[in-house]
Amino acid sequence: MIIDLPATTTSQVNSKLVHLREQGGVNTIGRVLTLVIVTDDSEKTEDVIDAANHASREHPCRVIVVARGAKKAAPRLDAQIRVGGDAGASEVVVLRLYGPLATEGASCVVPLLLPDAPIVAWWPFEAPASPEQDPIGQLATRRITDAASERNPIKALEARAKAYAPGDTDLAWTRLTLWRALLSAALDLPPHEKVTAATVSGESDSPSADLLAAWLAARLRVPVKRLKAKSGQGIVSVVLERRSGPIEINRPDGAVGSLSQPGQPERRVALGRRPVRDCIAEELRRLDPDEIYELGLKALGKIDRGRGPVASRKPAAARKKDKAEATS
Amino acid sequence: MTRTWQNPLRDPRDKRLPVIAGPCGLVIFGVTGDLSRKKLMPAIYDLANRGLLPPGFSLVGFARRDWADEDFGQVVYEAVKEHARTPFRQEVWDQLAEGCRFVQGAFDDDQAFDNLVTTIEDLDKVRGTSGNHAFYLSIPPAAFPTVVKQLARTGLAAPTPNQWRRVVIEKPFGHDLTSAKQLNKIVNEVFPEESVFRIDHYLGKETVQNILALRFANQLFEPIWNANYVDHVQITMAEDIGLGGRAGYYDGIGAARDVIQNHLLQLLALVAMEEPVSFDPKAVRAEKVKILTATKPVGPFAETTARGQYTGGWQGGQKVPGLLQEGGFAKDSITETFAAIELGVDTRRWAGVPFYLRTGKRLGRRVTELAVVFKRAPHLPFDDTSTEELGQNALVFRVQPDEGVTMRFGSKVPGSTMEVRDVNMDFSYGHSFTESSPEAYERLILDMLLGEPSLFPTNDEVELSWEILDPILKAWTQSGRPEPYLAGTWGPSSADRMLSRTGRHWRRP
Repeated sequence: MIIDLPATTTSQVNSKLVHLREQGGVNTIGRVLTLVIVTDDSEKTEDVIDAANHASREHPCRVIVVARGAKKAAPRLDAQIRVGGDAGASEVVVLRLYGPLATEGASCVVPLLLPDAPIVAWWPFEAPASPEQDPIGQLATRRITDAASERNPIKALEARAKAYAPGDTDLAWTRLTLWRALLSAALDLPPHEKVTAATVSGESDSPSADLLAAWLAARLRVPVKRLKAKSGQGIVSVVLERRSGPIEINRPDGAVGSLSQPGQPERRVALGRRPVRDCIAEELRRLDPDEIYELGLKALGKIDRGRGPVASRKPAAARKKDKAEATS
Repeated sequence: MTRTWQNPLRDPRDKRLPVIAGPCGLVIFGVTGDLSRKKLMPAIYDLANRGLLPPGFSLVGFARRDWADEDFGQVVYEAVKEHARTPFRQEVWDQLAEGCRFVQGAFDDDQAFDNLVTTIEDLDKVRGTSGNHAFYLSIPPAAFPTVVKQLARTGLAAPTPNQWRRVVIEKPFGHDLTSAKQLNKIVNEVFPEESVFRIDHYLGKETVQNILALRFANQLFEPIWNANYVDHVQITMAEDIGLGGRAGYYDGIGAARDVIQNHLLQLLALVAMEEPVSFDPKAVRAEKVKILTATKPVGPFAETTARGQYTGGWQGGQKVPGLLQEGGFAKDSITETFAAIELGVDTRRWAGVPFYLRTGKRLGRRVTELAVVFKRAPHLPFDDTSTEELGQNALVFRVQPDEGVTMRFGSKVPGSTMEVRDVNMDFSYGHSFTESSPEAYERLILDMLLGEPSLFPTNDEVELSWEILDPILKAWTQSGRPEPYLAGTWGPSSADRMLSRTGRHWRRP
């Protein structure tokens, strides 16, 4: 059921929600959190709501979408309530804000928050420079951003590192969980040798590849090279060097990876790129600060960024020069 | 040396990181059975889909059918397509299909088991299962000794260092104390106790694990969780289906052995046990064993137990046959399809609180719940008429379906008079939530591959359960036929009498 409330106020939205509950007992199941999605007034907003509805099947929640429209228009709040089949296991309130109101999203969100339940803010596209300082970010205990969907993903990730506050998280990190799990499981097995060096290669603008390299650098305390892959999507390969031989995961096609390890046959693993809805469901599972993510962010500076694709190594002299520059 | 090794990539604060089972394979005996197709194979796919199985995981089917690996792969494929919980993804399936093998043969066929050895050795080489294998015995208990001996003979049961071999067995764990001991002996001769995983799929359910969370993570409930406040406890597992087609398994076993001995007594243990010192498997098991040791049947059994057998009638808009008309059952079968018993727990916490357990087939609807019913308030400052409709407070764990917790208490009816009536407060995992919460078998298979034993009943627990149930079963063999009840009702009238004699009554779940 979709109910439109054009040119309205939040108290009208609230009374409509109560009314709906009394009338049909629609979705009276306990909600565990409020998810505030901050986005613009464009079409891609629907995809985001879809993802949130999917996640709500695992985490019953109230979804408030703050869609910021044209700033030059007259101030106006259009609301839309979706419950039942149109909203997964959640109830969705879409708030379209125009004019001066567009920058005052927080004031519209506050009256609609669930009592005594955690608040999660999610910027699916462009995020504020400091999510924690943002008025909506301040309401939230958990702030989800997505560096990969920003105009300059690598820069966005650096900004995250600078502005990090406990409770921040980024979907670029969430997309790594399977990789990290595989690598950890591979190291669980004998021989328990020290990893001496590591390499991560992937698309040059993949923030996930950067984060993975940084995480490895932080955990293993070894130099980690970050290379640009010639082809492939996202992360393409990871190599952990050990005395007995390297542990290697390759994923050339973005779907199936192969894991090779000394003394073991090469094995294939399903390692598909995860859709946003899966990532958001994982994010909502934990509401406490992710210290390991912080560790990764802080280690972004430790990555050894090679120049150019793997094949075209620069002559030794040039590399020496790079090194000198890096240390200076 | 290995114990001091710390994986630098793991960190207890890193809660996202799932624990993936190490390299291993699973061999299913009786792979053509219902359980295997409807539960095991889909659960394995779902685990793979969630990225929780190791790369190179292998699945070996063992059965009498004349199948090639591809035929078996096809069977698994269809089972997965039809029953898996998570969406079908070709790339996940492809990895799984590569590791599917089939070994044809009977359980007493030495050659077949030698073939199994070759298959497993080959998997170690090709798929890198590293000699870690679990054997899932989805077969009648009568076949256990043969299979277990074959596993011993071929050396499959004996791992070399740094490998593991585990065996998974399903209920029934015997049919009385003596046979349970015998069975344990047969299995333990070949597999040490820590390698034996007894599946009680109820323990894999989220709502059952939630009992411990609700009791021990909250301040609200534990202070009243004792004989001072609790009047009695009811544990119900009702099914609306009959026993058509299951005569071979069920005839002569009956409801008490089939359900009470394992599922219901495990539920009782969880609801009645003391707080474990930690959630370490050993600590939890120790508390369960303690509470089961203190649990005794309450007599005289003629008054405190009930057993019944369903007769034909109309249920759910369909005409259904009675047990004696179901194919495969003897016309004079005295197998009970309904069983209700009263137990007492002799501890300071529970002295004098009866625990009523009941289960049956062809009852009103399919439901499993656990109700803690509280005493009435010692004094009601209202006049009698205003509390006429007030019952006893209750806390109900709904195990299935519609998983959740209900609290029942009195509330004022709106109006000018003071009138108090029972209302329900509901916590529900929600219809949609259940879609995403893992199946019991997923959890249990994963735990078994990880070697994590907390959700599996031990030898002791099984034997203690039989000790509780045996006197009742013995009395029943001497008391003639079970009382008939109409399909679609809540059991025979003796079940109601066993509670009404103390002024109580069954909840209608």
